[in-house]
Amino acid sequence: MKPTSPNPQPERSGVGTRPPPPASPSFSRLFRPALRYCGVYAALWKNSVAREMSFKANFLLWILVELLWFAMQLCFIGVLYLHTEHIGTWTQWQVVLLIGASHFVQQIFQAFFLINCTNLSELVRNGKLDFLLLLPVNTRFVVSLRQVDLGAFVNAASAIAVMIYAARQLQLAPSAGQIAGFLALCAAGVMIHYSLMFLLASISFWTVRAQGIVWGYYNLFNVARLPDEAFGGLFKALFTFALPMLLVSNVPVRLLADKLSSPGPVLLLLGMSAVCFAVSELGWRFSMRRYTSASS
Amino acid sequence: MKKYWHVINIGIQNSLTYRFNFLARALFGLVPLIAMLYVWQKIYAGKGAGTSVGSYSLAGMISYYLLITVVDALTAVNEDDWLIAADIKDGNISQLLLKPIDYLWYRLCLYLSGRLTYLAVAFIPLALFFACFRSYLEPPADGVALAAFLLSTALTALLQFFMSYAMAMLAFWVLEVSTFIFILYAFEYIASGHLFPLDILPRGLEQALYFTPFPYQLYFPVSVYIGKAAGMDLLRGLLVQASWVIAAYGAARFAWRRGIKHYSAVGG
Repeated sequence: MKPTSPNPQPERSGVGTRPPPPASPSFSRLFRPALRYCGVYAALWKNSVAREMSFKANFLLWILVELLWFAMQLCFIGVLYLHTEHIGTWTQWQVVLLIGASHFVQQIFQAFFLINCTNLSELVRNGKLDFLLLLPVNTRFVVSLRQVDLGAFVNAASAIAVMIYAARQLQLAPSAGQIAGFLALCAAGVMIHYSLMFLLASISFWTVRAQGIVWGYYNLFNVARLPDEAFGGLFKALFTFALPMLLVSNVPVRLLADKLSSPGPVLLLLGMSAVCFAVSELGWRFSMRRYTSASS
Repeated sequence: MKKYWHVINIGIQNSLTYRFNFLARALFGLVPLIAMLYVWQKIYAGKGAGTSVGSYSLAGMISYYLLITVVDALTAVNEDDWLIAADIKDGNISQLLLKPIDYLWYRLCLYLSGRLTYLAVAFIPLALFFACFRSYLEPPADGVALAAFLLSTALTALLQFFMSYAMAMLAFWVLEVSTFIFILYAFEYIASGHLFPLDILPRGLEQALYFTPFPYQLYFPVSVYIGKAAGMDLLRGLLVQASWVIAAYGAARFAWRRGIKHYSAVGG
């Protein structure tokens, strides 16, 4: 377990305590909260950097672990393609691109959200959520973004390197629009991972040991890195419309590799990410009503 | 001997507390497996009817994964390494050192009771899953294969446990062992046959893997069951597996003895 500061108080930076400037009230009403949250988030970042840097060897080792697992997945694809030319219409380098993209999405999710989602059950169990509830910011905001996993950015960079290599092998020359679209769809994928994981973590308000459930979500990442064409029937429906793992990285890669025949999947991914976020917000509000502080 | 029965008993009660965790683990664990079966089906479909990958037909490949699931459910170490490391780090072993029990046997009992509970909880979902694929399940090649399979599965369980135990001993020297556990686990994951049968690898690579303990952690018992290892190969395999068990046991004992000298009872 990485140690956490017992009483995070990054909000004492002074932003938000000044009275609003009298000049243009509409301007300030619009931007002041946003600015305030930016200030809060910057303070959270500073905390995380300080925390990570106090365990340097561990920080490097975790990067190594992730690199190793990434390499193992690529090896696995290498082995599969020793025995076949294509899975559905997916060729070897397209699947490598897919693995890279799914690793990229997963690492960005990990950078911003994962530790915070897994910590939620701990916060409920020992009652530390009390402190966060008392802070004058949106509780979901601070619960979701409290810690930043800096190593994950390094791993996301390794995923980008693999994607560039695969794109060269495929002789792809994506336009700026395609790359922007790809990134936007990746962001939608990150939102899906975050919303679903946060929803699962909210179950910890019912059973205190929800880590097993959160851990179980890790298995779903395995589905996200496989080509969608392999699947059919109920499995495909489940992982497209209920837990949209088959959209998260497949759709961005299809956009990048010119494998989209219609804009349908893109719209579906964007729609599903909005739905997932809305459902997780509802679930969060519903769960919060059950919170009865553990220790005090 | 009697005291260890008590340990097993307590272990079962303890793990039953987390039965929903076990159930979630079993259910979520099926997802990548099903995904894998879909991918293989697609690969075989793309190659045309009646083709094979390595020496596996589609049915053979599916039954391979089913058997891996069985052996894995019987032998996987799921949290024992973490718990052992936590015992050492938090100083919990101090009170265990004062008791007339051996920590290694104590932990082995807890591991066995964890496996028993897992099987009890996961039995229904696994049985339902296997019922769907029953046409692919074949009986073992012959009586000898069955006996050897059971023996080899038991050895697999011991090997898995001793290796995890030895790894967890690192907690005497470093604060955070999870990175090391994950590194070992990454190699186990790919080289033990969890992801794909090892004999679809290029020949040289497969042979090289047999010099590591990893194939004996999962692949070997399955290859015995489907009759890939028979006669002299079987005998040699069992001997090598037993040697790895003894080596892992030795490493576990050695690391413990060195560690306990180093131990300073933090928090105890």
